[in-house]
Amino acid sequence: MNQAIAAREAELAEAETAARLAAERVDVTAASTRWQPGSRHPLSLLQEEVADIFVGMGWEIAEGPELEHEWFNFDALNFDEDHPARAMQDTFFVDPPERHLVLRTHTSPVQVRSLLERPLPVYVLCPGRVYRTDEFDATHLPVFSQFEGLAIDKGLTMAHLRGTLEHFARIMFGDEAKIRLRPNYFPFTEPSAEMDVWQPNAKGGARWVEWGGCGMVNPNVLRAAGIDPDEYQGFAFGTGIERTLQFRNELNDMRDMAEGDVRFSAQFGMVI
Amino acid sequence: MRVPISWLAEYVDLPEGTTVADLHAALVKVGLEEEDEHTFGVSGPVVVGEVLEFTPEPQSNGKTIRWCSVRVAPEGQMAADGGADVRGIVCGAGNFEVGDKVVVTLPGSVLPGPFPIAARKTYGHVSDGMIASARELGLGEEHDGILRLATLGLDPEVGTDALQLLGLDDAAVEVNVTPDRGYAFSVRGIAREYAHSTGASFRDPAALPVPATGEGFSVTIDDRAPIRGQVGASVFVTRVVRGIDATRPTPPWLASRLRLAGVRSISLPVDITNYVMFELGQPIHAYDLDRLQGGITVRRATEGEKLTTLDGQVRTLSAEDLLITDDSGPIGLAGVMGGATTEVSDATRDVLIEAANFDPVSIARTARRHKLPSEASKRFERGVDPAVADAAAARVVQLLVDLAGGTADPLGSTHRTTQPPAPIRLPDGFVARLIGVEYGQDEIRSALAEIGAQVEEAEGGLSVTPPTWRPDLTDAPSLAEEVARLAGYDRIPSVLPVAPPGRGLTRGQKLRRAVAQILAANGGVEVLAFPFVGKDRNDRFGAPEAGEVPAIRLANPLDGEAPYLRTSLLPGLVEIAHRNRARGFADVALFEIGSVFRPEAGVTYGTAGIPPIAALPTHAVLEEIQAGIPPQPRHVATLRMGSAVPKQPGQEAVPADWRDALTSVEQVAAALRVRIRPVRGTHQALHPGRTARLMADGPSGRRRSAGPASSCPPWPRMPTCRASSPSPSSTSTGCWPSPIRTPTRCRSARCPQRRRTSHWSWRSRCPPPTCVPRSPRVQGLCSKTSGSSTTIAARASRRGRSRSRSRCASAPRTGRSPRGRRPRRSSRASPSRPSGSAPPSGSSAGAGPADNTRPGAGVRMSARPAPAVAPHGGAPLPAWLRWNPCLCPLP
Repeated sequence: MNQAIAAREAELAEAETAARLAAERVDVTAASTRWQPGSRHPLSLLQEEVADIFVGMGWEIAEGPELEHEWFNFDALNFDEDHPARAMQDTFFVDPPERHLVLRTHTSPVQVRSLLERPLPVYVLCPGRVYRTDEFDATHLPVFSQFEGLAIDKGLTMAHLRGTLEHFARIMFGDEAKIRLRPNYFPFTEPSAEMDVWQPNAKGGARWVEWGGCGMVNPNVLRAAGIDPDEYQGFAFGTGIERTLQFRNELNDMRDMAEGDVRFSAQFGMVI
Repeated sequence: MRVPISWLAEYVDLPEGTTVADLHAALVKVGLEEEDEHTFGVSGPVVVGEVLEFTPEPQSNGKTIRWCSVRVAPEGQMAADGGADVRGIVCGAGNFEVGDKVVVTLPGSVLPGPFPIAARKTYGHVSDGMIASARELGLGEEHDGILRLATLGLDPEVGTDALQLLGLDDAAVEVNVTPDRGYAFSVRGIAREYAHSTGASFRDPAALPVPATGEGFSVTIDDRAPIRGQVGASVFVTRVVRGIDATRPTPPWLASRLRLAGVRSISLPVDITNYVMFELGQPIHAYDLDRLQGGITVRRATEGEKLTTLDGQVRTLSAEDLLITDDSGPIGLAGVMGGATTEVSDATRDVLIEAANFDPVSIARTARRHKLPSEASKRFERGVDPAVADAAAARVVQLLVDLAGGTADPLGSTHRTTQPPAPIRLPDGFVARLIGVEYGQDEIRSALAEIGAQVEEAEGGLSVTPPTWRPDLTDAPSLAEEVARLAGYDRIPSVLPVAPPGRGLTRGQKLRRAVAQILAANGGVEVLAFPFVGKDRNDRFGAPEAGEVPAIRLANPLDGEAPYLRTSLLPGLVEIAHRNRARGFADVALFEIGSVFRPEAGVTYGTAGIPPIAALPTHAVLEEIQAGIPPQPRHVATLRMGSAVPKQPGQEAVPADWRDALTSVEQVAAALRVRIRPVRGTHQALHPGRTARLMADGPSGRRRSAGPASSCPPWPRMPTCRASSPSPSSTSTGCWPSPIRTPTRCRSARCPQRRRTSHWSWRSRCPPPTCVPRSPRVQGLCSKTSGSSTTIAARASRRGRSRSRSRCASAPRTGRSPRGRRPRRSSRASPSRPSGSAPPSGSSAGAGPADNTRPGAGVRMSARPAPAVAPHGGAPLPAWLRWNPCLCPLP
């Protein structure tokens, strides 16, 4: 008798479960969601990607203040007070200008800070925001970002500069990427060069793209950091993150990167 | 710098048919970057015509046109466009007579615009071409009538190609000249560079025979206040030409070259001085000798002295301005702009030519001070070859004699105090060690000889005397660059250097990424707002109570309405939320991680002076510079607006509210691994009933305030969004200029990184250090925006770390200081507070250590041991300089 009752109970329980599961059936194709994906800013993502490439090479990431002293932004980098290159930098000065504070016009002051703060040899990448008094339009931003590399060691040559840039370019743009150097002038490097990158995967065919500046660190910069230029030498390079994003992702209007329209960032999502 | 091809071809051999593109390709190899190309934009059959007859025909619109018959080819021959030799042309101008030679653009030709010419019906006639004015040809601004060739002194054959005749078939390359190469602001320099690039043979235009220099004209250089020890004028050459006819037309070849070089033709004497400046790079000034009173004196101005310059402006001078004066007073701003009183005019008969070399610094400052960048000042600023003045003056004399009918006069003067360039030692192997290419000794010598340097053997290397036109060659690396440049940068191989093992991202950098990732993963869209705001925004968002918030003001803001740097991230988020809403996106969740600028009230930042270049400043000076940089902490802020969950099938929309603000704070806290507890708070920009102050657990379980948080329903009175940031009293001290918080060298004997300073991540890497860094604190706040929306700003402070630093400070006392280093306290440490204990909170409701908003005021300067040996072998560096920027609190 007990056995019959138990069997019947089990049967009823099974039926009840089956009925409940049937009643709880949902249409999985019509699910609502409370979660929506957000997105990182593509410039931040690209900056992190660049940083990761250099961290993978054993470099470190150095940072510094955006509101800088003129000595760090210019003089320590061998920009003479009266040199035309200094006037060409379109600098934002903090009021009053006689107190020599500026919004940094490039990430190069971090080079000097790195040399002052870190033991040699130094291999650092300095990404960050920089400021110039350019009007806000499709090709200019008054606030933009750069990354800058600095390597100071014994026996570094311009060949090492090209090697570093080519390695970096290959990771960014594919194995066929290469670097072309053209003579140029920067107060903080000697010799100086403009670097073009061969972008093999560009839309519309492979092409050379102007990418940034580079060169062997000027002995005066090393002297400003108390380093003996006869013992140590090295190279530096730098370029705009906006510019890199622009030609890598075929963006035409730089204003899109600064306006904060959610549709712009959403295209990039969480990865770039 | 723009260089017409025909001009360049005079001084360097160009292959037949060289195009602008060829020149650009050659010049970019030696460092002259392509900028642009310039042509007159005139092409096709443009010929010399002769007006045979014309009939004036008044029109109903009040104009009178002339129906002309123009011969455009010699009788019986075919015209340049293949048509008849005599054409009927309608012309609106009235400044010509029968028999005048004019320029006729025949059908098929194109004028600048582009404006194609075709036979077309106008005013009742078919006009078979057009008679052109100077402006239509791109030759000048004159448009009062058509161009009569007689006014240029020309009487060519009918049917002659007018493009060639007027130099309109020429083109110019424009290259970007880097600021170190003043000599490339001349045809001479560009021709030399072209020769370097291609190996073509170069003829120096400055090598022309210089006839006997003039004598007898009185010139005095009386510079009593040289700038930086450089006398204002090191070369001053004058020459006199008498009896010129200043009204003669400028020959078309000269006018067209100037036009292509980018300057207008003004008058023959002025055009000649400009021409020589472009050719040789030596700015020239011409004075009307009859209007000069006595000799010339070069001196500094007295403060407040007045001068009327060529442009008619009266300029008030500074004591640093270098002046050209005669007995009547100032007659020119040296190297920048001449004065009106001695200007060369059409009536000028006798001319005094000045070819001088002025101090670059003096000219640069004067040009900047008076906002007078000129072709002359541009060259002086970058350095003019001091040896070219004689040749330039002689060239001007020659052109004035040849073209203006003058006679060279023996009157003149020469003043020269320049020293020849000093030789530079180039040690053997130096170039290879810097460039990474084994150049042959002969290759180095010939490259240096090619740029004009004198190369001599010296012990252990070469002794190289750079040419006078290369003041930028000052040291061995600059010579190495010349060798590499001439040999071609393409020869530099690619070698990947091996960096010593790195430590990866710092803890701060990792945390910053974690915060950004967690906010984006939860629906936030990262934005990067400009940090420029107005005062009202800073005052509203920068402090919980109404009042003035100290902020950094820019001296030259782009937008006069927003001259301040942000003290909070919220104004930027609010503005971007508005922008999105205006574009139809009302449901947004934004966040930003970025620097804010939080100066202390009453503190004067910056320094009075700047240390010189190329030398390590003293510790005291570096400390002063560092102390003069305002705090710039990195903050994170979030803002939500509209629906947190959108309306969808089976799901009503869920509006964003204050809970979402707190959720974001929790997310940030989770990423940073700190605990945060909200308590009731207030903020001037926030809903009075929905504002929280966020308390983060501090070290030893003590709590400290982290700022308010809230969300509000719409406030109809306030159409703009309002948000806020925490009171200054609870503001994080931030990462800048946290350098003062010296990064700590790990003193653990087991630390693998002992030789490196300041690895912030050593908690994980060095198990039992003497001091343990704490997690950064988080501050947060939420605020309202219009609509049902929420903003949050959260920030991490490094309070914990500064405390840990304090503990570090005691390490030496416990005998754990390695090698008996003397503990050193930063000069900015608060002397009145004992190290190791935090001052009490001044602001927030809770307990917790006070935040001292200014590092110097309260953040514990770590008394860290000074390194026994400075990393670079020089004098030991100030403690703060060992700051590692990666130690930023939160991002």
